[in-house]
Amino acid sequence: MSVRTQWQRLQHWAERRLPALTRHRRQEDLPIELHRRRIYIVPTGFGMAFTLLLLVMMVGSLNYSNNAGLLLTCLLGATTSISMLVAFRTLNGLRIRGVRAGHAVAGDPIDVTFDFEARHKRQAVRLDIGEVTQAFDVNGRADVTVSILTEHRGWLSIPRLRIWTTWPMGLFRAWSWVNPHYAVLVWPRPEIGGPAPNLPLEDHRKQRLHRGEDLASLRDYRSGDSMRHVAWKASARHENLLVKDYEQPQGHQEWRLDWRHLRGLDNEARIARLARWLGEAQAQGRQWSLWLPSEAIGIGGGPSHYARCMSALAVIP
Amino acid sequence: MIRWREAKPHVQERIGDRTFDLLCITSAFVLAVHAGHLPIGLTLGLFVALGLRWWQRRYRPARVPSWLKLPLLAVLVGAVVLDYGNLFGREPGSALAAGLLVLKLTESEAPRDARVAAAFACFLLMAALLFGQGMVATFVVALGLLPALTTWRSLEPTQASPTLPRQLLPALGLLAASLPLALSAFVLVPRLSTPLWGNNNQAAARTGLADHMSPSEFNELLTDDTAAMRVSFDGPPPPQDKRYFRAFVMWNYDGHDWQRSEQPLSTSIPVEAAKTISYHISLEPTHQHVLPTLDVPLAAPMQSQAHTDGEVFADKPIDEVRDYDVRSAVTYRLQPSLDIDTRMHALQLPDGFDPRAHALAEQWRQRYGHDNAAIIRAALNMFHNDGFSYTLLPAPLGRNAVDDFLFSTREGFCEHYASAFTVLMRAAGIPARVVTGFQGGFWNNMGQYLLVRNADAHAWSEVWLEGRGWVRVDPTAAVRPQRISLGAASAAGGQLPWYQEGFLESMRNHWDIVNRWWNQSVIGFDALRQRGLLIPFGIREADIGLLTRLLVICIAVFGALGLAWALWRRPEGDPALAALRSLERKLAQAGVIRRRSEGPQHFLRRASRALPGQRAELDHLMRCYIELRYATLEPSTESLRTFRQAVRNFHPRRMV
Repeated sequence: MSVRTQWQRLQHWAERRLPALTRHRRQEDLPIELHRRRIYIVPTGFGMAFTLLLLVMMVGSLNYSNNAGLLLTCLLGATTSISMLVAFRTLNGLRIRGVRAGHAVAGDPIDVTFDFEARHKRQAVRLDIGEVTQAFDVNGRADVTVSILTEHRGWLSIPRLRIWTTWPMGLFRAWSWVNPHYAVLVWPRPEIGGPAPNLPLEDHRKQRLHRGEDLASLRDYRSGDSMRHVAWKASARHENLLVKDYEQPQGHQEWRLDWRHLRGLDNEARIARLARWLGEAQAQGRQWSLWLPSEAIGIGGGPSHYARCMSALAVIP
Repeated sequence: MIRWREAKPHVQERIGDRTFDLLCITSAFVLAVHAGHLPIGLTLGLFVALGLRWWQRRYRPARVPSWLKLPLLAVLVGAVVLDYGNLFGREPGSALAAGLLVLKLTESEAPRDARVAAAFACFLLMAALLFGQGMVATFVVALGLLPALTTWRSLEPTQASPTLPRQLLPALGLLAASLPLALSAFVLVPRLSTPLWGNNNQAAARTGLADHMSPSEFNELLTDDTAAMRVSFDGPPPPQDKRYFRAFVMWNYDGHDWQRSEQPLSTSIPVEAAKTISYHISLEPTHQHVLPTLDVPLAAPMQSQAHTDGEVFADKPIDEVRDYDVRSAVTYRLQPSLDIDTRMHALQLPDGFDPRAHALAEQWRQRYGHDNAAIIRAALNMFHNDGFSYTLLPAPLGRNAVDDFLFSTREGFCEHYASAFTVLMRAAGIPARVVTGFQGGFWNNMGQYLLVRNADAHAWSEVWLEGRGWVRVDPTAAVRPQRISLGAASAAGGQLPWYQEGFLESMRNHWDIVNRWWNQSVIGFDALRQRGLLIPFGIREADIGLLTRLLVICIAVFGALGLAWALWRRPEGDPALAALRSLERKLAQAGVIRRRSEGPQHFLRRASRALPGQRAELDHLMRCYIELRYATLEPSTESLRTFRQAVRNFHPRRMV
């Protein structure tokens, strides 16, 4: 059995036996403050090697009764031990006040922002989450944003994260596992391509742009304007051509997006299609309503309405 | 909001320019502290290589091709072998290591390389102390730790980017903070009484007093300004012209060199002492056996042996600072009766040398008959009156050295005078010998000790007179009296290096007290001294077990202090809340305990009902707190102070 698998077995055993030491920490509520009972510290590989070097230096200077060399060695040794305390102090008292998350559809990385707070300045703190490592300083408050990969729609608990540092000299590594009780909502991924929403007939007539009936104003002609919109009578009294500007008939362009109209599809396909329609409606500046088996979301538009609808889609069982 | 680029954990990143600069500074420091013993060509070559590498990385940033590294290594090894003829040993080893450090920089691109290079530099800094552990050298070497520590620090991903000097400051603070722990560890780490491997026989390349006397070596010694020994006397020091420290006694003359001769060992030197003086000598390492003593020692100090002519030799070479106590006679009759063998020995002269000197001695003998004192006077008068001069750069002498000196060049330093005088005396039939050692020294009034430098080395004569024994005659004094009364520097006139002149010399003499302290308390702190460490606490001999326990205790104490510092947190911030808590405690003593569900307003209302005598006070407190908490977004410091003052002045009167 290779050393690597042995090591992994040892790690698994340690995680079972020593949950506080390792990543098997239970979820905890925010804010989380790092304190002495949850910060661990060990020398890094370099720290071990340097300690060995110090030992060699000490034995050498003792052997040659070189007191100046011994003094220097003692000085380096004391500095090393103080650097251990500094590493601990970098994490001790560090607080995660809160977590914020952005929006993302399944499969895209989602941005999660941790809000750190510390009384005195911390330097070179690092945050491991998943495969990503980020370094940051905390001077009072600091926001640290990391991207987490997503796979499925719905609630995603943010994984356990490790906060660690090798400040100030890379000789010791202090770390603490944190498992905040926080989940982010991942929106469903829209399908790529597909039919437009099946709209009521009277709406179909009015959906084209610039076909409103209310004349809003007259404006100067711009190249590309349709000749049919030129206000000939008015233009005759002016030097320039004037064009009739119609108000966009938004009120009549509502999309009614209904779960029940999508027959013959499974749940995920329905959700993906609705998500695509929601995206299109949002992009075209329409208003829409969303009818789901569990809830109905009334007519609305804009980013917040879009977010509400997408979140409703995300949590469909 | 700070957004960071995502970094892959295992990507070999390139170290920053600042880190590399620091690494170069560290290496330059290492080269500088090793420059003292490296060949000058190698030092310059390494500096140039370091500078080129720095320039290349800064302005032509690319990796150094690997086909270049191997030839560079070969050149380095070749240079070291060429200079030393060897790769192993202290000097060639450290030369090679310094070169390897510079070569390591050619491939230092990853953080790991930078770390290793800085650690190696630390090792080399310590190795520099093997070549000299003077105080200034040690401080300079300790300063070299600053860029090394800062190199490691700069590898950590922090956003702060201070200027280079400001970046060095935290490392200085770190070193200063670690000083107490370092010092106590230094004092308590058990010293080895015998080395684990090797013997510390570091063959000395430097000059010192030699057991034979030839002009060129002595000349070198007279311009060597390092300290030779420090002497403190019990009682007042002897006057300047009586400070003759005997090292070697030269008996054998071959026409060119004087050699010492092994006189019988003696437990007590045949001296009738009229006046004695006790003193303590702290001798700098000479890597020889000889222990200089004032005038005529009465007995040999510990671990040494004395000869009948007053020479004292230690059992082991003096490789570290050696301290010894001696008692010497200053007014005495040394060897009042001389046996015939010794007498013949003290009259021996090589055949066929210096005919004119022999003739002159004969002439004196005929003129003064048996009056030896008159012959001595005649010789000294000749030195004084016949145009002899004192110089450190005399003209070279031919085969008949004494003749050439006496009758043609007539210039030289103590060695020439002592040699010529002794030859004259022997030729005249007076037993005589040459003594070398030190004369004079600088009396440091603040430290109450006599600093004797190598430049104070001196040679004089001793003649044996009937009834008086061996009498010291210093012919140099006849030529240049200030050599004896004022010291070596004033005798030499303008022939000394600039640093030995005038006020600089005086400053250096005074500064020596620091060196002495350093020698005594740091370098001379050996196993013996360490065992005596606890004598003030009534423990005569502190053994290794006790020292180790003390060390552990010390480390534990410092560890606790450090932990207290690391764990200490400033108390919670909200002063208004803290004041309210204090008020709650006071009211709880009076029996009004705040319930969990109770807001401050309710609680204080209830309190004022419970303590009707203090209703007005409590109402005021409540209004203050409500205003402080809820009236404005940021409470003014004024209202906060009022509230805290009111809480402090509030003393509940217990209801009976």
